[in-house]
Amino acid sequence: MKRLTPYLLILPGGLWLVVFLVVPLIFMVSVSTQQGDVVNGFVQTFHIANYTDALGQYRTQFLRSAVYGLVGTVLAILLAYPVAYWIAFRGGARKSTYLLLVLLPFFVSFVLRTVSWKFLLADDGIVFEPLKSAGLLPADFHVLQTTTAVIGGLVYNYLPFMILPIYVALERVDPSVVEAAQDLYASRVAAFARIVLPLSLPGVFAGVLMTFVPMTSDYVNAAILGGPDNTMIGNIIQTEYLVNQDYPVGAALSFTLMAALLVGIFGYARALGTQNVLEAAAR
Amino acid sequence: MRRRLGDRLLFGYVWLVMLWLFLPIAVMIVFGFNDTQSKSNVSWQGFTLKWWGRLGDYPELLDAVYNSISIALIATLITTVLGTLLGLALGRHRFRGQGATNLVMFAAISSPELVMGASLLSLFVSAGVQTGYRTIVIAHVLFSVSFVAVTVRARVVGLDPSVEEAARDLGASSWVTFWRITFPMILPGVVAGALLAFALSIDDFVITQFTSGATVTFPLWIYGAVRIGIPPQVNIVGTCIFAVGVLIAVVNSVTARRRATA
Repeated sequence: MKRLTPYLLILPGGLWLVVFLVVPLIFMVSVSTQQGDVVNGFVQTFHIANYTDALGQYRTQFLRSAVYGLVGTVLAILLAYPVAYWIAFRGGARKSTYLLLVLLPFFVSFVLRTVSWKFLLADDGIVFEPLKSAGLLPADFHVLQTTTAVIGGLVYNYLPFMILPIYVALERVDPSVVEAAQDLYASRVAAFARIVLPLSLPGVFAGVLMTFVPMTSDYVNAAILGGPDNTMIGNIIQTEYLVNQDYPVGAALSFTLMAALLVGIFGYARALGTQNVLEAAAR
Repeated sequence: MRRRLGDRLLFGYVWLVMLWLFLPIAVMIVFGFNDTQSKSNVSWQGFTLKWWGRLGDYPELLDAVYNSISIALIATLITTVLGTLLGLALGRHRFRGQGATNLVMFAAISSPELVMGASLLSLFVSAGVQTGYRTIVIAHVLFSVSFVAVTVRARVVGLDPSVEEAARDLGASSWVTFWRITFPMILPGVVAGALLAFALSIDDFVITQFTSGATVTFPLWIYGAVRIGIPPQVNIVGTCIFAVGVLIAVVNSVTARRRATA
């Protein structure tokens, strides 16, 4: 009985994960080589061409998603690091209050936040309309339906996933180590570059994992803030599944996206030393 | 002196980022009180409270909000039970298959939502399952159960095993020991996990869109309304959800601080 206890404990949750995560992934691979349509049903024909067709047709969107994800991740680091640093080292007794303050905007629904940005950035909205009538901006100035708007939305929506891990890593840095460096005549810049930054890198690595994957596979920001030239691979997959109901092509694209992300993550983990990333991710 | 300047620049930068973070939220809240006449709520027309009384103008919106809340409650209940059991097993026991369990949980946390949604829909389509309310609940439990498990596990690992041993030495059965000793000690972890599961569920869009069928939740309703214009009622509902979230977070941090000082 004692030996069985852990298995009884994981049974319900484990079963849920297997039935609704592992099995569907296998199903998706199977669907990705089928042919047919919704009306007549789909038949397994091991039609590998689904992959080559989909990749050939949507290469641009794949590349665009990778670029948006990369640029968005770098911007997120640049925005998140100083904030996390300030809270961890200058927050004093109110650290947790400041952290809560930074996270508060994310109590508002993801879609609603994005819609709110669309409202703010509207061509004749509350920000641009007064500037345009004052002649400070040309009449045809616009931000919506541009790459800037989409990447801005991505960075905004996923920023907490960058701030939190960096904050956790910085919070663990013992201030006396920094003091020791300064006592040994390290300048402030040197103490930061040689002591604080290296100690906080695991947090940055974890943050990159937690933002790059969702940014690259996002479609909400491109759909709400972007235009026809900002279509990401997520938008294509969403359309294939939910509008065209072309499940095989959608499945082939999803599987390719996941495989590409997995290869990327493992390459990234390799480059950094696996343990670091898995440790960081396990937190 | 230079040190001061650097600190001030950092401080200014942080507050700029904060401002940027709060800007869309502030706008959302303020425009719920906008006395707009036309259907599109785009420019400020004066203060009014009339939209609070006209929440019923969009019955489908209220249905969507109701769906979001009830789905979140049901999913949270299931998730909390399953996740707590997983967390107990992983934190307390050493067993064969532990590595595999961790791996699957890691996959559930790190897989893109889009891929999870797409693969679930592939399964439901292949199996001939009609998507709707129930499949949304299934999906929400799926993506939040690992978060609860991780939260509970962290709590379980931090427990002092000698307390439970003492209870057993004093003749308590393992059932009694669990409910009287272990459970109260892991309860903060369970509550934190449940709150996280609720927050994840009520806000979810991507997986929900893939598994919803004809059922509409609050985020789905907003997404559908983007093209025709968002009515002020949406701002009000958003403000209410925001306020509840803030309230829970504040209560949580205050009680945490009280517990820490006690």
